[in-house]
Amino acid sequence: MVDRSGTPLVELRDISIAFGGVKAVDHVSVDLFPGEVVGLLGHNGAGKSTLIKCLSGAYRQDTGDVYINGEKATINNPRDARRYNIETIYQTLALADNLDAASNLFLGREIVTPLGLVDESAMEAETRKVMGRLNPNFRKFNAPVSALSGGQRQSVAIARAVYFNARILIMDEPTAALGPAETQMVAEIIQELKKQGIGIFLIDHDVHSVKRLCDRAAVMKNGELVGVVDVDKVSTDDILAMIIAGKKPEHLAA
Amino acid sequence: MADTTGNSSATRTRKGLLDTLEVDTRLLGMIGAFVVLCLIFNFVTDARFLTPRNVFNLSIQTVSVALMATGMVFIIVTRHIDLSVGSLLATCSAVMAMTQTAILPDILGGLNHPMTAPLALVVGLVVGTAIGAFNGWLVGYLTIPAFIVTLGGLLVWRNVAWYLTNGQTIGPLDENFQLLGGINGTLGETASWVVGGIAVIAALLALASARRSKRAHDFPVKPLWAELVLGLVIAAAILGFVAVLNAYDVPQNRLERMFEARGEVMPEGYTEGYGIPYSVLLLILVAIVMTVVARKTRLGRYIFATGGNPDAAELSGINTRLLTVKVFAIMGFLCALSAAVASARLTFHSNDIGTLDELRVIAAAVIGGTALAGGIGTIYGAILGALIMQSLQSGMAMVGVDAPFQNIVVGGVLVLAVLIDILYRKRTGAK
Ligand SMILES: Nc1ncnc2c1ncn2[C@@H]1O[C@H](COP(=O)(O)OP(=O)(O)OP(=O)(O)O)[C@@H](O)[C@H]1O
Ligand SMILES: [Mg+2]
Repeated sequence: MVDRSGTPLVELRDISIAFGGVKAVDHVSVDLFPGEVVGLLGHNGAGKSTLIKCLSGAYRQDTGDVYINGEKATINNPRDARRYNIETIYQTLALADNLDAASNLFLGREIVTPLGLVDESAMEAETRKVMGRLNPNFRKFNAPVSALSGGQRQSVAIARAVYFNARILIMDEPTAALGPAETQMVAEIIQELKKQGIGIFLIDHDVHSVKRLCDRAAVMKNGELVGVVDVDKVSTDDILAMIIAGKKPEHLAA
Repeated sequence: MADTTGNSSATRTRKGLLDTLEVDTRLLGMIGAFVVLCLIFNFVTDARFLTPRNVFNLSIQTVSVALMATGMVFIIVTRHIDLSVGSLLATCSAVMAMTQTAILPDILGGLNHPMTAPLALVVGLVVGTAIGAFNGWLVGYLTIPAFIVTLGGLLVWRNVAWYLTNGQTIGPLDENFQLLGGINGTLGETASWVVGGIAVIAALLALASARRSKRAHDFPVKPLWAELVLGLVIAAAILGFVAVLNAYDVPQNRLERMFEARGEVMPEGYTEGYGIPYSVLLLILVAIVMTVVARKTRLGRYIFATGGNPDAAELSGINTRLLTVKVFAIMGFLCALSAAVASARLTFHSNDIGTLDELRVIAAAVIGGTALAGGIGTIYGAILGALIMQSLQSGMAMVGVDAPFQNIVVGGVLVLAVLIDILYRKRTGAK
């Protein structure tokens, strides 16, 4: 069981953000404790990606604050987020298609030689190590990622997020393109990272895997938070009802 | 499809050889096209095209555009364009010309002071870099499209140059400054061989160190013989180039004047070759530095990543706005360098210097394989592109093709080159 007595690792307080007239996220508050996996669920366009982008620095919220370890955090851009050891796997993967896996994995954080030049061999060696764990069948180390399959690309994006000792990990549908074996691998990695005390936001449309992997599930609809529930205390049907109907089931509302 | 089987197995073995050598087939294709072009011109002009004299002239004529083309690679790779390089060159040239003819003689006392040329050059480089950075700021921070910013710049800087010089030709330029122009500043035979030797050693060391670093990480390396063949080809190319430039003799009367200036009498039958021009040496240095920047530095990584996917670059924590400023600042710096070479070659600043250079520079980069969609391009490709363009132009002039036809051909070649590139990329499956 996750200990939720201390200060939360992350607290999103009353976050709102609108694009033109569309309220993509509307006064949402969610928290995340060390070693906890919080699932984010909701229909397409519910605002899940937008919410976590405020934490990853891709967007700046209109109102509301982010607290990290109980202290207010200013996250204006992705660089700030990295400074707080927040790593993100974006739904769009955010890979530079013209570069190879190693260049993408280390993008913005290249290994350099004492002369300040990029150390390609060292980066490739490290990439081989991480990818060996994530996707042992991966061989295309010298091809641009545009030449990779959807799942291989996703593996590269996951490798990038888990390689750099994150404290807070955001995974936006990380297994959408993965085969069963690779998905299982990601599940194992999530368990492992959990044990290390890392907090994870996991966006996933599959209610069953949320129930299996997550400690709590937060459901959104039309930009608003429907509710946050302990996955052990609800059935998959309850969660589905929240996603579709947009309100907490009677027996949980209290 | 049965009739193609024999054919494809033949290509497979040939591919096998190229694969073992791990040479860039695209580069090979360009070099092949260039060689064919030279041979055709040489044939049509009764072997006048490939004389040492013409090779020398070709190389010094290429420098100015090639210098800027290396910077244009970065601009286009980041999905921008710079239409103002010719005008920026004119402004830098005007600034340097005015500095060395109107300002410095008063301060330093007299013409041809040893400090005049370096100071003028520094002033020009600072101005060029600053204007480039300003362009980059307009593009990166104010998010005005580069096309518009530099289209405006095309008019603005051309006329700033005019204003600075009242539209007059400024010259003759400082004697030391003219050393950058080509014919007036060469290394001489001995120094050229030394430079050639150093270049060969450096190239071989680079090959060896790349091999060693691959070995250290247990990555596959190509067979030793392939490495040796590659090294041999490179060495032959470098030394051959030096030999040709050394074979171009300084005219007798000029040599006599040089001896007279030193208060000596020229020995009977004395000859001396020009050797490598300083401007060509400068281009080689710039090419090496820019290639290292592109491949081995973070800046280069970020330039290519941003070109490949600007959003991904931004999300990876790269400050893409500042990067834009840097890329345009590098372009401005190279325009200034190019301005020094171009005006030194003419021995004066003229009002129309660099006119239409933006088109030549962009064409050189594109013929050299820089993709306008961004993310792809090489420095050596751009230089080779500039060389091909210049060879076409001077070759046709030598053959006596009328001026309008020259431009028609150059324009056609640009479009054709891009078409071939698209087909090549489709075939090889690269983007
Ligand atoms: N950059 C943007 N500009 C304008 N509108 C946007 C932008 N990003 C998101 N939106 C809108 O905000 C709302 C929430 O989008 P978001 O991407 O957060 O949904 P999501 O819950 O992640 O959906 P999915 O399950 O499809 O990934 C949608 O209505 C979307 O159209
Ligand atoms: Mg989403």
